[in-house]
Amino acid sequence: MCLAIPGKITEITEDAEPALRRGKVDFAGVKKEVSLAFLPDAAIGDYVLVHAGFALNTVDEDEARKIFAHLEEMAELEEAAGDAP
Amino acid sequence: MKFVDEYRDRKAVDQVAEEIRRTVTRPWTIMEVCGGQTHTILKSGLEDLLPPEITLVHGPGCPVCVTPLELIDKAVAIALRPGAILCSFGDMLRVPGSTKSLFDAKAEGADVRVVYSPVDAVKVAREKPERQVVFFAVGFETTAPGNAMAVWQAAREGLENFSVLVAHVLVPPAIEAILSAPACRVQAFLAPGHVCTVVGFEQYEPIAQRYRVPIVVTGFEPLDLLEGTRMAVAQLESGRAEVENQYSRAVTRKGNRAAQKVVAEVFEAANRQWRGIGEIPGSGLRLRETYRRFDAEERFALTAAGAIESPECISGLVLQGLKKPFECPAFGTKCTPERPLGAPMVSSEGACAAYYLYGRHRHGRV
Repeated sequence: MCLAIPGKITEITEDAEPALRRGKVDFAGVKKEVSLAFLPDAAIGDYVLVHAGFALNTVDEDEARKIFAHLEEMAELEEAAGDAP
Repeated sequence: MKFVDEYRDRKAVDQVAEEIRRTVTRPWTIMEVCGGQTHTILKSGLEDLLPPEITLVHGPGCPVCVTPLELIDKAVAIALRPGAILCSFGDMLRVPGSTKSLFDAKAEGADVRVVYSPVDAVKVAREKPERQVVFFAVGFETTAPGNAMAVWQAAREGLENFSVLVAHVLVPPAIEAILSAPACRVQAFLAPGHVCTVVGFEQYEPIAQRYRVPIVVTGFEPLDLLEGTRMAVAQLESGRAEVENQYSRAVTRKGNRAAQKVVAEVFEAANRQWRGIGEIPGSGLRLRETYRRFDAEERFALTAAGAIESPECISGLVLQGLKKPFECPAFGTKCTPERPLGAPMVSSEGACAAYYLYGRHRHGRV
């Protein structure tokens, strides 16, 4: 129930009632209609996590990249340590 | 970046595992709270990558598993009422009740429907005004906003034939209950990332302080879980007890305000029974007075008729991290996903099902 993979917003349908904001989200090729009621600022192209038909957050790409930058740094350090006499 | 494959990269996973091996100096027991995380750990064999000092125990974060038996009995009773339609997430259907499951009721002719979203149940109510449509609202903080929104929509449209059977639970009170148990051996927690997308992680800060326990908000992919473990080990080794956020690409400190707002509009905190664990104060949600007319228990005047648990199932101990599934005599013999004695063998978030599916039959490390 708490499982989700990120999907990309491909379409948005606005509504006069913000609670009825909807959109289409592409999960690696599978398109689903989801509620965007809880993400008033989400835009087309954003990746979102969806639970029980409701998108609950957008995925922050800068934050997502941090761990890979850290791992690269670690690998470089190790390499440098390995090269040391 | 697709935010999935990158986090399943073997090389990156190995690198973090190596960092854990390098820093650990003594035994530590860490609990991942969410059953979805348990499944990733077992499916990916992450325990085999960890040094022997680290023991992962699995927590109560499986909504299907902790839903009280008497509520399943009530759902079955509703489903068997003439003209009723019971809508549920698919996971609930095979959970055994005292005498039958929702699947059994369906086989007897009851109108039980699997829905992907609670708003699908609202749609059924809209299309079938002559039928009573009940949604079995289970889940943690993650499904609460959607379920609250379904009730809010039904109220807005005046759908008086819609109601919800509420079985909502909350994570922080459960963590406190685990930490307060005399037999507790958990020294750090991996907090459930998707729950925190909704509520943020402020609520965990007083717990980390009061119990001097590190809590790391963690994601769901293999790399997330190892990185969360690494952060927890780093805290344990240095004597810190803080709330840290490994899942920062999806979780902010304050969570999703719009989602919190609709949950607070429709629900309020209440005491709740956890299957196999008992009552935990303030650990559940119930409908507020203004929405109480959508409460299926009140609408159908349902009373609990002495639920009967399987005497052989030790799910309560498994859910508190006190026993591993393979320590249960019934595991894999009398209790299988096809013929389950308890809910953790049924749910896609249940620890017993994870051990059964991924072959950890006899011991944690193969």
